[in-house]
Amino acid sequence: MMTSSFSAKRRRKDRQFAGLCLAAVMTCLTILVVLLIKLALDGYRHLTWHFITSPLTVRASTTGILTPLLGSLAVMAVTAAVAIPVGVGAAVWLEEFNTRRTRLSSFIQLNISNLAGVPSIVYGILGLAIFVRWMALGLSILSGGLTMSILILPMVIIVSQEALRSVPSSYREGSLALGATRWQTISRQVLPAATPGILTGVILSISRALGETAPLIVVGAAGYVTFLPTKVWDRYGVLPLQIFNWSRNPNPAMTANAASAILFLMILLLALNSVAIWLRARARQRRA
Amino acid sequence: MRLLSFVFALISILTTVGIVVVLATGAGRFFQSVSPREFFFSTDWSPAYDPPHFGIVPLVCGTLLVAVGSSIVALPLGILTGVYLSEYAPPRLRGLLKPALELLAGIPSVVYGYVALFLVTPTLKAIIHSIDTYNALSAAIVVGVMVLPLVASLCEDAIASVPNSLREAAYGLGSTKREVTLKVVISASFILALSRAIGETMAVSLAAGLTPNVTLNPLQTVQTMTAAIVNLASGDLSSGGPSYEAIFAVAATLFVITFLMNVVANRLVRRFRTVYS
Repeated sequence: MMTSSFSAKRRRKDRQFAGLCLAAVMTCLTILVVLLIKLALDGYRHLTWHFITSPLTVRASTTGILTPLLGSLAVMAVTAAVAIPVGVGAAVWLEEFNTRRTRLSSFIQLNISNLAGVPSIVYGILGLAIFVRWMALGLSILSGGLTMSILILPMVIIVSQEALRSVPSSYREGSLALGATRWQTISRQVLPAATPGILTGVILSISRALGETAPLIVVGAAGYVTFLPTKVWDRYGVLPLQIFNWSRNPNPAMTANAASAILFLMILLLALNSVAIWLRARARQRRA
Repeated sequence: MRLLSFVFALISILTTVGIVVVLATGAGRFFQSVSPREFFFSTDWSPAYDPPHFGIVPLVCGTLLVAVGSSIVALPLGILTGVYLSEYAPPRLRGLLKPALELLAGIPSVVYGYVALFLVTPTLKAIIHSIDTYNALSAAIVVGVMVLPLVASLCEDAIASVPNSLREAAYGLGSTKREVTLKVVISASFILALSRAIGETMAVSLAAGLTPNVTLNPLQTVQTMTAAIVNLASGDLSSGGPSYEAIFAVAATLFVITFLMNVVANRLVRRFRTVYS
């Protein structure tokens, strides 16, 4: 009698805890939905084709986001061009060449995971001192892109390592047994097999960088650049910085522009993420 | 190719060395004109005034206020969500929840800033009339939502690493190691969430304001260390001088604090990974 009421009490407690967990989950989902609805409602009215394809002006009614959008894309192009080869290369060394885990490699590994936790604005200060001033690249797309590549490098390395690790070792053994050198094995067997995974991670890293603002403010992304970027030496604005400036503006017409720019940025990021998730799903299916 | 890939791997070490050297030399130059005593103990931060004052106390105060506030939001929600994901969620709901959390984590910081200004603050203002337009509470709430997915996934990982045999035994006997894990998880996620929140920049710059303030009242305007850097960096940096070098001193302080927290948190995370192996 006593034990049964005791266990009933415990079972009730367990149900209450499960209910509490479910409530937390529902709160998270509600937050997400409210957030997305708010962004969509605020942004959809001004998000016209004209808004996307017109250059930046100081007038709230005629301005578009083409200038900062192209600035963002130019910075991302530099970032990708540097971060992908360096990141994948570093991952290849850590996973493929460095077969005996040395003290150096575990130090590098630890260092990478620590770098991933450094606040993004600190990378901006590194870029300011190294690229803008020391290398005298100035407040250019080039220094912005290089700074962002250093920022996403730890993430690119970590995701590439995961992709390389998921390639079955039978691929390597088979290739080596047929007389291929280690580099031939890596370049012809391992890397092609790991490509979808690497690509997924790279797209996610780039989309992270696309929304990042703080380091670019420090390395001199500018608020009102009205000419379209053509060279890596040009000054530039980026989309998230434009959103930041418009959001701070006391004029409601400007904050409405911020909302529309946010909606566009979110759609862009969602598209990038969907591609990444689709690639990942396809790669998994093929392997199974 | 082996050598080249090794050089690439070394770049990560170079980055760390670069950060330390850049911050140390910049801060060193700064301390030639401003005494460390003034920097660490003065409660007056007014770099734009003449004469300028560089006391980091109000910035640290603002940063801590936002960071602690955000963990109060992120920890309970994140941990319970993580537990639900690993222990209770039916597979189909899990398949919906994971991408939802990823989406929440993928929203750019500046967008959270907009949401703080135009959704959270007006809502708060309707409830608490005396609240400042720029306030620490609004910033803490959105930063809490930003860190929540990190806490949830950390928690889920930790619980998933508990072996099933142990889980079944624990159901029979009551739990010991699971309690240990949970304790470690909670402290690790607390430290990680704090360090993430301390480094957060754009959302707090928009929501918390730009007025340095020594206060523990979350309804007031505060300026965080990151917001102060953004503010200094938006000005003209070509001239150099103490306010240029102040960026390095503030960033060095920020780096040291977050670095130490990350090291401790990583240790803790590794501890629950090794408990069962």
